[in-house]
Formats: sequence, structure tokens, C-alpha cells
Amino acid sequence: MTVSAAAPEPHVCLSGIRQVYPATQGRAPLHALGPINLDLRQGEFFSVVGPSGCGKSTLLEIVAGLQPPTEGTATFEGRPVVGSVPEGIGVVFQEDASFPWLTVWDNAAFGVRRAGLAEAEVKRRVGHALSFMGLNDFTSAYPSQLSGGMRQRVCIARTLVMQPRLILLDEPFGALDAQTRLIMGDELLRIWRETGATVLLITHALDEAIMLSDRVGAMSFRPGRFLEVLETGWDRDRDSKIVSDPSFGAMTGRLWSHLRSESIDAINTLGQKAS
Amino acid sequence: MSTAAWLRLALMAGLFLLLEIFCRIGAIDSRVMIPPSEMVVSLVSLLQTRQLAVDMLQTFGAIAIALLFAVAAGFAAGLVIHALPRLRRALDPFLATYYAVPLFIFYPVLIAFFGISVLPIIIMGFAFAVVSVIMSTLNGLDHVPRVLRKVARVHRLSPFSTVTRLIIPSVAPHLFTGVKLAVAYCFIGVIASEFIASSTGIGHAIAYAYSDFNNRTMYGLILLIVTVVITINMTLHHYEGKISRRMARRPAK
Repeated sequence: MTVSAAAPEPHVCLSGIRQVYPATQGRAPLHALGPINLDLRQGEFFSVVGPSGCGKSTLLEIVAGLQPPTEGTATFEGRPVVGSVPEGIGVVFQEDASFPWLTVWDNAAFGVRRAGLAEAEVKRRVGHALSFMGLNDFTSAYPSQLSGGMRQRVCIARTLVMQPRLILLDEPFGALDAQTRLIMGDELLRIWRETGATVLLITHALDEAIMLSDRVGAMSFRPGRFLEVLETGWDRDRDSKIVSDPSFGAMTGRLWSHLRSESIDAINTLGQKAS
Repeated sequence: MSTAAWLRLALMAGLFLLLEIFCRIGAIDSRVMIPPSEMVVSLVSLLQTRQLAVDMLQTFGAIAIALLFAVAAGFAAGLVIHALPRLRRALDPFLATYYAVPLFIFYPVLIAFFGISVLPIIIMGFAFAVVSVIMSTLNGLDHVPRVLRKVARVHRLSPFSTVTRLIIPSVAPHLFTGVKLAVAYCFIGVIASEFIASSTGIGHAIAYAYSDFNNRTMYGLILLIVTVVITINMTLHHYEGKISRRMARRPAK
């Protein structure tokens, strides 16, 4: 299935992406993903939902250049993504990726200092990012002194200071409680609006995907393929209050109708492997 | 100072006092042990002698050199072994049983090769310490979160920068534990070697005083070693705790 928006030039283009992991001792080859064909428009918020093990994170890593696909091509701003993470892409991971030996300020400044920016520019960007993420009062704190949500903000700030044009988020709120996730979702929308970046969010939470996104791609269980790409039609200045919109429930129900049987497959398959 | 620290101090003072009493009332024969207060007096007078300065310079110098090499070689070997899983599988049994071998049996061999000098002593200190650094480096590298390597790639760090900027800081608490153990092992290796066969050093001075029935000197020197080792280890323990607390990855809330 090809999902293509009628836009002048896609910001990200995935064409015929397949990921097959070769056979290992006693295990058959694993067709994890694909074929995937997807164009991301400049400045859109796209979420991918699907059952555990459907290849969502693999898809993100292929877009980021963290792993090459077995087949197909990924391009970012018209250039193929091959072997390394292109300039202009920022990634926020689910796991705590803050650097515990650095203060919040130094964590946020890590990338820009490595990029060799002048100290004044580093200060300006880091100051802005930390203020934006509500971390102004914690600049001298170490990650171990912060909650999980705050540490994730530090990681987002570290990504933002690089001023990425494409932000990839791999279940960034997966370890947070429901209320914190809603609040972080609002902050994510604010970041998206203010930066104008394209956002690709990987999540297993249907409500989160629908609340945040312009489009949501629902993936099948292995091999992961798009079952449907849903246009939400939300305004750009939306926030978490849209969860009370009647169409929110309808869209959630529609995606769940696709994903229910896939999730049961995933539970059965992964459960069998675990036992 | 914390309650635990006060308690620790009180315990040590209590033991010191108990030993003092036992020695003073004759419960412990004065030919076997002198009262702790006399050990202190003996140490103070020894510290004013030139001979002890020479011995301290050799012993602590040998320990410092052995430690330096053990940490550098142990860390480098840990990095290499971790990067080569097959080599690691091959070496694992040796590393696991290394400390089961009484390393001092090799000291005569070293003396045969290098003669009675400071070199075999440094090698013994090194041999005692290096594997603890290798093991702690491997342990630390095993615990580097995979996500950090991904972050390194996102920031397009070179392999060298990945190691220096992310891996080493991440491994630091484990490495620090390895260094702490290495300090203790170096002290054991160097002083025991000096005790067995050497012409200088504090270990040799203790052995000499022992065979000369010079209890005052022997206990004064023992007190010196105990004081130095405890001070160094408590200082390292303090910083180890600080680093571990800072590096703790608390579960998300």
C-alpha cells in the first residue's frame, strides 16, 4: 500500500522498505517489516501505532539512519539516508538517554558544543531550549535528581538545541504515567508548532497518536505494514482537550478495529516465544 | 558527620581502648603486643627518622607505579576483551579463577629473573591489581545502556569521541570500584613482597623488626600501614558513593 500526500516534495520518503533479519542458530529468518511506502509532508505530525514487535522502532531507526533496510530506500530532504544519521534529524528515545554525569545544562549543550558552535550561540540555544522545556530552575541539577518526565524533557531539550528539521520520537513517553503523558503531549505539540519541524512519533498508545497527529499510520503485526493511514483533520493549534471531541473516540475505535486482531496475534506469538 | 560515621568512629575508639586496657592489665603479654598508645608514640618517633622516609618513598612509590600501570593496562585490556566476544569467552575461566591462584608463588621466579630489587615488587603489585581493573571495566561496559551508543550516532560522534565522551563517563562508577580494589591489591602485593624478600621498603622494615623482636618498631609500622590503607580506602569509598548516587538511573515516574 502506498501512502502519498499530494505535496510538492516529501520531507521524508520511504520506498519499498523491507527489513528481514537473517537466520541465526536454530531460528528461521525473520521478516520484521515491510514493504513500507510512505511520504511525510514537510512540517506534519505523523504517528505510527501498532502492536509490540511490529517493527515500529525498526522503521524509525531506518528513517534515522541507525540501521539500513534490507530492501528499499529512505530519503530525507531528497537525499538518501545511508549509513549515518543525516544532519537535521533529531531523535528522542524511549529509554532514559540523559547523561547522568552531566548537569541538565551540560546535557542540553552536549550536541551544540560537539558541533563547534560559538559559546554565545550555545548559551542562547541552550537557555532557550531549557526555558521552553520548563527546566530553567534545574540547570545545575543532575539527572539522578530529576523525575523520569523531567529527564525526558532534558533529552528533548538536547534534541531541540540542534534545531532539527525532522524530529523522531521512539515512544518517548512510554515510561511515564498517563497524566504526565498528556502534559508532555501538549508540550510536544507546542514544540512542533514553534519549530515547524516534521515529527515522526512511534507509540503504542492509540489515544496519544490520535491526539497529537495530523496523520496516524496503523501497522500490522509482523511483518509490519501499514493497514491504514488515518487523517485526523485536527487544527494545528490543538491540545490535549481534543480528547473530549466526539470524533476522537470514533477515530480511536476505527484504528482499534484494525489493531485488535493484530495485537492478539502479537500477544500469542510473542507469548509463545517467551514460554 | 552522619550517625553511621559517628558510630563507626565510636566502634574504632572502643576497640582501641579495649586493646589498650588488655595490654595494660597484662591480659595480652607485652612480648606479643604493645598497647595501642605506645604504637602511636612509636610511629611518631619513627616518622622523624630518615630510614622510614626512604622506606615510605620506596613502598608508596612502588604502589603508585604498580597502580598506574594496572589501571591503564587493565582498562585498555577490558576495552579490547569487551570488543572481542570470542576472546572474552576464551579468557573468562582464567579471569574468574585468577584470584584463586596464590600469586606469591611466582615471586621467587620474578626474583630469579630480575634479582632482589623494586621491579619484582612492582610487578607483584601490578599482577595483584590488574585483573580487578579488567573485571570492573568489563562489568562497566556490560552495563553501558545501548541507547547511549545510539545517541552517539545521532550526534555523529567518532568512535574515539564515543569512548571518551560517553563510554568512559558511563563506566566511571564501575571503573572507580576497580581502582578502589586495585589500590588494596597493590598494597597487599607490594608490602607482602617486601616482607618476603627485599632489602628496603616498609614491608621489609616490618619483617626486620619482627625477626629482631623489636615490637615497638613493628607495631609502629603496622599502625602506619593500617592508617594509610584505611584513610585511602575510606576516601575512595566516599567518592565512590558520591559517583554512584549521581549516576543512578532511577525508574521513570
